[in-house]
Amino acid sequence: MPYLLILPAGLWLIVFFVVPAVQLFATSLYDPSGSLATGYAMTGDLGNYPRALGDYWPQLLRSLGYAAVATLACLALGFPLAYAIALKAGRWRNMLLVAVIAPFFTSFLIRTLAWKTILSDTGVLVGLLRHAHLLGADGRLLATPFAVVAGLTYNFLPFMVLPLYASLERFDRRLLEAAGDLYAGPVAGFRRVTLPLAAPGIVAGTLLTFIPAAGDYVNAQLLGTPRTAMIGNVIDSAFLVRLDYPSAAALSFVLMFAILVLTVGYLRRVGAGALDAVS
Amino acid sequence: MRLGRWLADHWVLGAGLVVLAYLLLPVAVVAGLSVNRASSRLSYDFHEFTLDWWAHPCGSPGMCAAVVRSVQIGFLSTLVATVLGTLMAFGLTRHRFAGRGATSILVFLPMATPEVVMGSSLLALFGAARVPLGFATIVIAHVMFCVSFVVVTVRARLAGLDPQLLEAAADLYAGPWQAFRRVTLPLALPGIVAAALLAFSLSFDDFIVTNFNAGTTTTFPMYVWGAAQRGIPPQVNVIGTAMFLIALLLVALTMLRPRRARF
Amino acid sequence: MADLRLTGLTKRFGALTAVDDLHLEVHSGSFFALLGASGCGKTTTLRMVAGLTEPTGGQIRIGDDDITRLRPYRRPVNTVFQSYALFPHLSVHENVAFGLRRRRQRDIDRQVADMLALVQLDGFGPRRPAGLSGGQQQRVALARALINHPRVLLLDEPLGALDLNLRRRMQIELKRIQTEVGVTFVHVTHDQEEAMTMADTVAVMNAGRIEQLGPPAQLYDLPGTPFVATFLGQSNLLAAHSEPGGENGELPVSAYGGRFTVPRDRCRAATATVYLGVRPEKLHLAGSPDAVPPGHQHVAGVVTDIAYVGVSTQYLVRTGWGTELSVFAPSTGAEERPELGAPVVAYWHSRHAFLLDRPDGAGDRTAPADLSVDVRA
Ligand SMILES: Nc1ncnc2c1ncn2[C@@H]1O[C@H](COP(=O)(O)OP(=O)(O)O)[C@@H](O)[C@H]1O
Ligand SMILES: [Mg+2]
Repeated sequence: MPYLLILPAGLWLIVFFVVPAVQLFATSLYDPSGSLATGYAMTGDLGNYPRALGDYWPQLLRSLGYAAVATLACLALGFPLAYAIALKAGRWRNMLLVAVIAPFFTSFLIRTLAWKTILSDTGVLVGLLRHAHLLGADGRLLATPFAVVAGLTYNFLPFMVLPLYASLERFDRRLLEAAGDLYAGPVAGFRRVTLPLAAPGIVAGTLLTFIPAAGDYVNAQLLGTPRTAMIGNVIDSAFLVRLDYPSAAALSFVLMFAILVLTVGYLRRVGAGALDAVS
Repeated sequence: MRLGRWLADHWVLGAGLVVLAYLLLPVAVVAGLSVNRASSRLSYDFHEFTLDWWAHPCGSPGMCAAVVRSVQIGFLSTLVATVLGTLMAFGLTRHRFAGRGATSILVFLPMATPEVVMGSSLLALFGAARVPLGFATIVIAHVMFCVSFVVVTVRARLAGLDPQLLEAAADLYAGPWQAFRRVTLPLALPGIVAAALLAFSLSFDDFIVTNFNAGTTTTFPMYVWGAAQRGIPPQVNVIGTAMFLIALLLVALTMLRPRRARF
Repeated sequence: MADLRLTGLTKRFGALTAVDDLHLEVHSGSFFALLGASGCGKTTTLRMVAGLTEPTGGQIRIGDDDITRLRPYRRPVNTVFQSYALFPHLSVHENVAFGLRRRRQRDIDRQVADMLALVQLDGFGPRRPAGLSGGQQQRVALARALINHPRVLLLDEPLGALDLNLRRRMQIELKRIQTEVGVTFVHVTHDQEEAMTMADTVAVMNAGRIEQLGPPAQLYDLPGTPFVATFLGQSNLLAAHSEPGGENGELPVSAYGGRFTVPRDRCRAATATVYLGVRPEKLHLAGSPDAVPPGHQHVAGVVTDIAYVGVSTQYLVRTGWGTELSVFAPSTGAEERPELGAPVVAYWHSRHAFLLDRPDGAGDRTAPADLSVDVRA
């Protein structure tokens, strides 16, 4: 009986997720001298990996770095918002929650393009910053690493806020009062009570933000320059422009592997128990 | 002193609202651009108020067709993903069986995989199997990445369901089917609806995976992407704003809907 | 209507035997209480009758029908769950109508209205369970089960979640409803007072078995085992031996050098190793043996504790061999009050004593030293 219920979705995931992933791995071992037209020879050659890494390690490191910074920014911005909605908003709680989710429905491409307008050289923001001498007379926001990271932060912020909200919502505020009663000031109360109790949300939120951010290329493409290109841009063009499947597949796996190593390391540090919140 | 205390109590709320403003700012810009006639095609400065784009949203060639296609893909993917995912969520909640842990990992993995990797590997599969790219392959791909989110959402709802309610149903002459129909299903329904909404928004908004598997078919995000290189037609902003308003309206309706006494 | 009969009912969870070879007969139309400490197997017994737990062995019958293997939704039995288990998505009206609708009955609206009137919830039909107080939810749960006219209604600690005042009110209310509808009630509780005030018959359960069964007054007056004697109210149980001989229907026993007698018909012991039992309120205090009225028996001791609790004063009297006897003296206003440390004798009439089996080597058992535990007994 349970197998019948699980079978349809399970098969779908196996055929369209697991099989392609295995096949992608096989592709990464093909002889790179072939082409899509002439076909590839399966050589079991691991050489695609060092080759791809040698060519594109800057983009890989940049992706992980941008994603890490964006994740931290999301946490810094998302925590007050989730906290305010869960514990301070009172009867406006549902309204604010809707306001967090609603931008999802304006296509994320359109919103990213709106950022392009906001950050543009002739825009109000750049004008203000130049006027205040926070930006040089010909300083720019668009086409900088800042713009790309800001775009990533913006796009994945709801993925941070929602799990944080979910864990803070169950939070019993009397615990903080108890902590206050036991001589914990606001800072100690936050560190010793709020933060540990929000940990599952933080873990889920950082993973849900970091993983898609590391693989994203839309923000880098729309808000950046080739000098801010991320690994996603490379994979995308290797598959769709240069048609270099073996390199693209190798890069995909390098990315997956990097994310896996970071995730496992991260979960080790914060304690695997927190993973329960994710799955 | 009183002011200091008030600030201490409310600064978090203030900070939260600032972040919320940051989230909504681009939406405001999109809404503004939807009623703006720019001075030239490639500039986005606010120049002149107009309702032309709202009056003729399909004035931009090919856009409305792309929107319709995206909606069709969204509906179909949502339907399939919701049915498959809900079944799996039931299977994972009510039963303990060999392979349960493996199934949970299978569900978790797509959520932890970057879209480029999913999209490209699926493209490689379709290429190897010589499946022509188009509407069908897009739906297949969308169902694939939506299913996991449906499973997780519905499962969370089912986990909060008191098993004693089912015993009470059985005690009150409800056989297995009746207990499911009258108790489990209505109680799981909010979770299923939420999952379906999530699936639709994921599908409607997807660009990366779609771009790999669309062939010559154009969805709305792909249309926007293409148009972005040439300068975005202002009607795109009309669609973006309209989607936002429709979402708000839907939420308002579900929140205002009077609670029905009977199911 | 027919009786509920359990024969050799047994439930094992792995190595643990939750219900152990239970034999029980519940007469049709009676209010039957299953009383026992937490974990003694009451819920498990009830769930087996409801069909929610499969018995390891034994038989459940209602009249001539064997329902042991019947699915829960085919049994003529309904349950009031401890946490009520009201359907949160249905109105009060639909909760109550649930069973009728499943059996496609007619005239549902009128039946529901009548039932809501019976539990004094007229007009609550359109409300949701979440908006009701604990007592109101309890009534909905009761109405939802009763409306199906079960041959047996099972109630698993139905008042456990209510505060003390409400619990007292609901006890009276439940009793009224049971008398009105005449349905057999099997009521599980760990509250001995609740069982005694409500039930026609009380079964005291211990470690998966029935220790004793009978009308509450009889159980209290003449408990059959040390467990019943101490669980249902309090008792002073002195380690004693029965002696040969005896006349006028009186059995002689000896304890700590003293000799006492107990009426033969108040002996529940099968062996010579016995407990001599007296309830604390059947013990009286006097200043010296001379003051003991004729026909009474006594032991001497010293007052070690006095607790005034309004309706009575409760004394601890340490005997010569060190056991502290519990004595309740009613506050009539006329009594003399011994002081702390005063030498006293505690006396009782032999028709208030009883004899129980005592495991070899077991010493005295008296009421707990904390006198505030149970005043009402
Ligand atoms: N499903 C179960 N699995 C294992 N042990 C159980 C189960 N249900 C009850 N028990 C055990 O059986 C014993 C009796 O439980 P129960 O009938 O609930 O007691 P009561 O209702 O008298 O408090 C307890 O020791 C309890 O731990
Ligand atoms: Mg119990």
